[in-house]
Amino acid sequence: MIWLKRNLPKIVISPSFALLVWFVYGFILWTLYISFTKSKILPNYKFWGIDQYFRLWSMDRWHVSVSNLFIYTSLFLILCILIGIVLAILLDQKIRAEGFLRTIYLYPMALSFIVTGTAWKWILNPTLGIEKFFIDIGFENFTFDWLITPGMSIYTIVIAGVWQSSGFIMAIFLAGLRSVDDEIIKAAKIDGAGVVSIYTKIILPMMRPVFMSAVVILVHLAIKSYDLVIALTSGGPGTSSDMPAVFMTQYAFHRSEIGLASSSAIMMFLTVTAIVIPYLYSELKREDGKK
Amino acid sequence: MATLKINDINKNFGKTEVLKGINLNISDGDFLVLLGPSGCGKSTLLNTIAGLETANSGDILIDDYRVNDMEPSDRDIALVFQSYALYPAMTVRKNVTFGLEQRKTSKEKIEEALVNVSNLLKIDSLLERKPSQLSGGQRQRVAMGRALVRDPKIFLFDEPLSNLDAKLRVEMRREIKKLHQKLKTTIVYVTHDQTEAMSLGTSIAIMNHGIIQQCDSPKVIYDKPQNVFVADFIGSPSMNLIKGRIIEENNNLFFECDSSKSKTNIPLKNYKFVQNKNLKDKSVYFGIRPEHVYLNQNSDQSFEIKLKSELNEYIGHEQIITFNFNDQEILGKFSSSIDIPGNQEINLHFDLAQISLFDQKTEERI
Repeated sequence: MIWLKRNLPKIVISPSFALLVWFVYGFILWTLYISFTKSKILPNYKFWGIDQYFRLWSMDRWHVSVSNLFIYTSLFLILCILIGIVLAILLDQKIRAEGFLRTIYLYPMALSFIVTGTAWKWILNPTLGIEKFFIDIGFENFTFDWLITPGMSIYTIVIAGVWQSSGFIMAIFLAGLRSVDDEIIKAAKIDGAGVVSIYTKIILPMMRPVFMSAVVILVHLAIKSYDLVIALTSGGPGTSSDMPAVFMTQYAFHRSEIGLASSSAIMMFLTVTAIVIPYLYSELKREDGKK
Repeated sequence: MATLKINDINKNFGKTEVLKGINLNISDGDFLVLLGPSGCGKSTLLNTIAGLETANSGDILIDDYRVNDMEPSDRDIALVFQSYALYPAMTVRKNVTFGLEQRKTSKEKIEEALVNVSNLLKIDSLLERKPSQLSGGQRQRVAMGRALVRDPKIFLFDEPLSNLDAKLRVEMRREIKKLHQKLKTTIVYVTHDQTEAMSLGTSIAIMNHGIIQQCDSPKVIYDKPQNVFVADFIGSPSMNLIKGRIIEENNNLFFECDSSKSKTNIPLKNYKFVQNKNLKDKSVYFGIRPEHVYLNQNSDQSFEIKLKSELNEYIGHEQIITFNFNDQEILGKFSSSIDIPGNQEINLHFDLAQISLFDQKTEERI
């Protein structure tokens, strides 16, 4: 009985732990191995070296995906954080109906990216949405056709993504702002700081851990974004708004190139690791140093 | 260095009246302590002086200049907060100089002020650290440095020592006192700790329910409390208040204790009444501090009485004995070197030069 009592937590946790290890880490390793093979529609376990990576990096479509990924991630990150902070600061001014407004800003987060994508597809469609609206009210030369312009379609994904996620970032920052001791703000007022310098010089520098959460959440959302792209542009026009995740599913499930798809998946994995791990490491180390 | 006048300040939060007609007059170089239980309005009063709260009515004058409508930063005051309120993302140096930078002071002057203050408070070795790397006492020093560096007219302290442990608190208390002696600035200091108030203040304003109960020097507050609240609030253990009434026998006034059993009349012929009318048969509290109950006669106004000891609380340097005085409890404070037997009739001496009498109805000193 004592043995059972002592080991009960371990026994309860172990099935899910085993499943997690197998299906997450096991399949990461599996994918890694497959990326070194010549697999087409079915896995082929004969080792083939790194040729799939050479193939991958010689494809224009992959290059488009990667550059789209950088455009999307950086804009998505910067805009979400900027808009989130501004909204949070505005909501932090002890305004009326704050709970109501907060819910409105947070609601897009409750939608799936498919719904967001479909809605924005209609809004941005030149013959249905914004462009038609402006032409109808008299601006006959108004054009807003990014959705169907090859070089610009990626920015429509940015717009939809930012619309969906900035409310959530606002909520995170609002929670952070609320945790700031009132006395610090009073002290800054007595020190003669205006509202702008209170925020830029004192409060936002205190938000470092919040920035960390926001960045980690947004970067991983950006890199794995697939459904939004599919619903909004399907990677089009052509392949101009492709993202690595779209590229990967296309090759894995539509074009029967599991080996190539795996190598692209590994490239995405390395990208996440390369961005997030050093950032996490430096932030966590800084926190350790404090204690 | 300045005078501070507070004229009839009222402050409401919604329907709750927090400050009800506060009047204070603080002269240059004074160290005024606002003392009271939590929720008495002392911090609100301090915030009103600082300009962080606005009064509903009344005037605040610094150097006879009305500052009601001025921003906190324009009042030339500095406030040290209970939580220290250091800016966590800045180094100590930046924390101290932030106020001067906001005021666009020249770099040389900032550097000079920083060097002066950091030497004075012995924080010169901490300048490059972040607040999270400092101990409580060090943070306290930095918070004071931030206030001192601007050389303001008035210093405001909002319970600055209450987050420190007991030993450090005593140490910092002495340092604040030394600092005040050296700099001779006008200080308003909020605390709920009576020892802090007694040891620091040149005058103490005791507040309760948004009203100043008494504002006097520490000695007057201790010796001649204005009402029952002050008598009870100051002193530890607090003053014994024995219910009874004043009677007159052979043209002399006596205090007669409420009791069915024995009659103990304490002579009041040497007591200095505030006024002499209608004293006879008044229901009063007879107040005597535990430290003014003695075992032997040591004053020409001693009153000898035999009381039964009931409880002995030993607290190291002293002991507190509970006696039964006609079914009312009375505490005595004695040196712990004396051996006092329990449950025994003991000869005690009340020093009648140090008693206080309060009207039971108005609770005011008579």
